[in-house]
Amino acid sequence: MLLIRCPYCEEERPELEFRNAGEAHVARSANIAGESDDDFEKFFFIRSNPKGIIYERWRHIHGCARFFNAVRDTVTDRFIMTYKAGEPKPSKLPKNSNDVVSK
Amino acid sequence: MSAAFRIPGAGRLKQARTASFSFDGKSYAGIEGDTLASALLANGVHLVGRSFKYHRPRGFLSAGAEEPNALVQIVRDDARKTPNVRATVQELYDGLAANSQNRWPSLSFDVGAVNDIASPMFSAGFYYKTFMWPKAAWKSLYEPKIRAAAGLGVSPDRPDPDHYSSRYAHCDVLVLGGGAAGIAAALAAAETGASVIIADEQADLGGSLRFETGARIEGKDGFAWAQAAVASLKGMDNVRVLSRATAFGYYAQNFVGLVERVSDHLKSPGADLPRERLWQVRARRVVLATGSIERHMVFADNDRPGIMLASAARTYLNHHGVAVGRNVGVYTANDSAYAAAVDLKKAGVNVAAIVDLRDNPTGPAIEEARALGIEINFGRAVVRAGGKLRVSSMTVQPKNGGGERTIPVDAILMSAGWTPSVHLFSQSRGKVAFNDETKRFVPGTYAQDCVSVGACNGTDGLSATIDEAYAAGAKAAKDAGAKATKGAKPKVDAGENWSRGMLGAAPGAGPDTTVKAFVDFQNDVTAKDIRQAVHEGMRSIEHVKRFTTNGMATDQGKTSNMHGLAIAAETLGKPIPQVGLTTFRAPYTPVTFGSIVSHARGPLFDPTRRTATHGWAARQGAVFEDVGQWKRAWYFPKTGEDMHASVNRECATVRKTAGLFDASTLGKIEVVGPDAAKFMELLYTNPWEKLEPGRCRYGIMLREDGFIYDDGVVGRLAPDRFHVTTTTGGAARVMNHMEDYLQTEFPHLNVWLTSISEQWAVVAVQGPKSREIIAPLVEGIDMSDEAMPHMSVREGKICGVPTRLFRMSFTGERGFEVNVPADYGEAVWEALWAEGQKHGATAYGTEAMHVLRAEKGYIIVGQDTDGTVTPNDAGLDWAVGKKKADFVGIRGLTRPDLVAKGRKQLVGLKTKDPKVVLEEGAQIVADPKQPVPMKMIGHVTSSYWSENCGRSIALALVAGGRDRMGETLYVPMPDGTIEVEVTGMVFIDETGGRLNG
Ligand SMILES: [Zn+2]
Repeated sequence: MLLIRCPYCEEERPELEFRNAGEAHVARSANIAGESDDDFEKFFFIRSNPKGIIYERWRHIHGCARFFNAVRDTVTDRFIMTYKAGEPKPSKLPKNSNDVVSK
Repeated sequence: MSAAFRIPGAGRLKQARTASFSFDGKSYAGIEGDTLASALLANGVHLVGRSFKYHRPRGFLSAGAEEPNALVQIVRDDARKTPNVRATVQELYDGLAANSQNRWPSLSFDVGAVNDIASPMFSAGFYYKTFMWPKAAWKSLYEPKIRAAAGLGVSPDRPDPDHYSSRYAHCDVLVLGGGAAGIAAALAAAETGASVIIADEQADLGGSLRFETGARIEGKDGFAWAQAAVASLKGMDNVRVLSRATAFGYYAQNFVGLVERVSDHLKSPGADLPRERLWQVRARRVVLATGSIERHMVFADNDRPGIMLASAARTYLNHHGVAVGRNVGVYTANDSAYAAAVDLKKAGVNVAAIVDLRDNPTGPAIEEARALGIEINFGRAVVRAGGKLRVSSMTVQPKNGGGERTIPVDAILMSAGWTPSVHLFSQSRGKVAFNDETKRFVPGTYAQDCVSVGACNGTDGLSATIDEAYAAGAKAAKDAGAKATKGAKPKVDAGENWSRGMLGAAPGAGPDTTVKAFVDFQNDVTAKDIRQAVHEGMRSIEHVKRFTTNGMATDQGKTSNMHGLAIAAETLGKPIPQVGLTTFRAPYTPVTFGSIVSHARGPLFDPTRRTATHGWAARQGAVFEDVGQWKRAWYFPKTGEDMHASVNRECATVRKTAGLFDASTLGKIEVVGPDAAKFMELLYTNPWEKLEPGRCRYGIMLREDGFIYDDGVVGRLAPDRFHVTTTTGGAARVMNHMEDYLQTEFPHLNVWLTSISEQWAVVAVQGPKSREIIAPLVEGIDMSDEAMPHMSVREGKICGVPTRLFRMSFTGERGFEVNVPADYGEAVWEALWAEGQKHGATAYGTEAMHVLRAEKGYIIVGQDTDGTVTPNDAGLDWAVGKKKADFVGIRGLTRPDLVAKGRKQLVGLKTKDPKVVLEEGAQIVADPKQPVPMKMIGHVTSSYWSENCGRSIALALVAGGRDRMGETLYVPMPDGTIEVEVTGMVFIDETGGRLNG
């Protein structure tokens, strides 16, 4: 069972308290009704599904109930960092992800 | 009376403490502290099982958890018949009853052994080849027969009467393995004050010190030192010692699963004791001290009872005081088997000969054996074992060929060397590395905060092991945040060294012979099978493994993996690392379902949710149905009524007078805040800004793709306050959906969401008399049609308690839903029921509710919709705000597929024969004469007998359904085709006059 750091509670909690909520940084258009079919397809259907670093949304559903963002490695399953909803995609990731999860 | 093979003065068990037991119905005497294996061996019993595939007679290979052969069934009573228990692990208790498995009619005469003679049929990959044709025979003939013949014990046929418990624990340092290395590491860590858990699978810690007579630590015999050290660990507040506890799985972030066997070794376990306890431990640092496992020699008929690992024979002698034979042979490729020969010789057992595959080995172990006068043969191989139910001889030949010599023996002790136990390391996702010099896979790259010490790390010798383990324990504690260690490293006075050995098949195993030289005993895989797999094109060890099933039995190849790999590598002509090691997966040893399930079974499997009126309904004789976790009253039969009669009466009574229904399970969410209406506009298709406080509206919620996600009536209590209802099943996900948008897409909106599902009990009172029933109990609300029309909500009091009183209907009758704080739910229900009795009202359940709403064509999301239905498909286009600029799903609704012609639409169906009730889910076709497979144009979503209509009614999703009004369609069923007419969805009161009173 993974430990996940909730950026709102500011502590690591067991995976059971959380629920994945899909890929992060997929913004809903302010003018969604006027979007082209292609743009809507990209927004709603297309996901990156990478091997390696993924930016995704999680919810601390059995805790503070907040949605937040996480950077996870899909190969090792390791959480590299977490940050609050609305914060920009981090431009630099911490070098030793191990330090991040165990501190 | 002492058993025949118990050696007086040998071993550590107290002879006085006897325990009697039975095996296959025959009684024997053992001693407390015995395993079932040692107790049987003390009585000279070696034959304990039949092998999986060939039904070959089998004895004990080992004295531990790696045992592949000696699997037995332990029978405590009718419900407690545990199969596949390793006799080498099962501790003896007085009265223990065990049976052999996989034999019929008896262990010594087994009909299935014909498989051994017919073995060319059962060669590698036989499952894939032999039973391919005819295809149908696989299910009907081959599979059942193979499964019956290849049984591994019999499952108990009663529910497990035992209980299991589980605990979570956290510690600074978790030490896995309680041999010399583990104890030293735990001591070092514990002395710093760090919190330490040390776990070992055996009853007493000590690991191989149990048999290693050459070990002396701190002036004591090695095993005695271990016991003293464990006693001091147990005395420390910061240490927990878990014995009989197997670490079976190493998961992410130092999360380790262990099973502690609490009562399987007890004669009469107390009823309060769990059988097993699951420990889920999160450790800052893990020290792996899992030791190593001795390998057998691969030669012809190496599976005969009496042939075992040298270390096993030493354990039985030095710990249990049991000689495994009177005239033993030794076959080895390393030094450690010499110590077994020496120990047995000193105990008075004749050692017929040591056969050593090596040419001219030297060393103290060899010198000691020679000094005792034991015959030693270098450069020779055992090419064959004699005997069937028990080994009777070993045939020796120079390893490069030459004259044979047969030596009578009653046991053969073998050692091909030691395999580091890297299972848990590998499970931690660490990468093993092959040491070419020692021919071992040892921990290479670490993936987690753990360290390997001692034999599992490829460290040879007791002194080096304790040095390494003590330092690692201290470092682990320091890394976990503890201070420097205060104690002193245990001093090793003497130890043994068992490095080196061989991998793969010995000369007696082929390669061109057809003999059975077993690599994997539990799955009956021979050296020949592995060669054959390579010859048939398997190149990767993962393919060889699956083709031969080598290492795929419940022992997971603890003794066989390295041999199998070496034979495959040799046949391929490749170095071992290039062929690769198969992946180790949890569990290390089999884990019971009981320990994983723990208390979560029966009523505790899932929470049960009951409404406030549950007790009342139960007293009325209601029949309940499960709706998610809820228990809901399904129908309320009167004496003599079956379900149909009850539902018919309930439905008729509601339309004639009135009915009471518990609607408390509906999800309820309060949407509050200055931007509440804006938020509702975005989450529902309907317009909300202009809805007046005190009025209600039926709302539809979509996903972004335009499909219906949920629905429900929403009341506006105040400009900034909405009382939203959801479907029963949708309560949690609708809340999640709303929170998601509020927190991430619309965080600028000043809105609070609160789940109030459990705060309000809801009594639906429906029917022409509903107002008369409620009104006498209500204060402060004018319930006249003028003051309180259909789809309105008022706050006031009922029976003196606060209420949110909705005028709304899911039946098509004048109706109300009385919301009261849940604690008053039952009392208010009883008051309403008393009023209702005056008017002849009925209580009705979920079945009648379904029928009544279907009579009016009201849909149930999730029954009449399936996640691909739009509001338009459901005939609910009127509920979509046409002037709105945005709501979730607005763009999805205009997707090309969603506006295309011919989509499936909800319609009503009437069977031509009004008595016939369609089956829900039945498929609909336009032309019943077309050839099979027919083109299906839709399916029935809801179907009932309607007593009020005097006929059956149904709802269905049909392609282009609304353009087919009046058309005849067909529902083909196994016993004939049913003709139906497409109709509108409303079967009663199409104009809605009854709703408004
Ligand atoms: Zn949180």
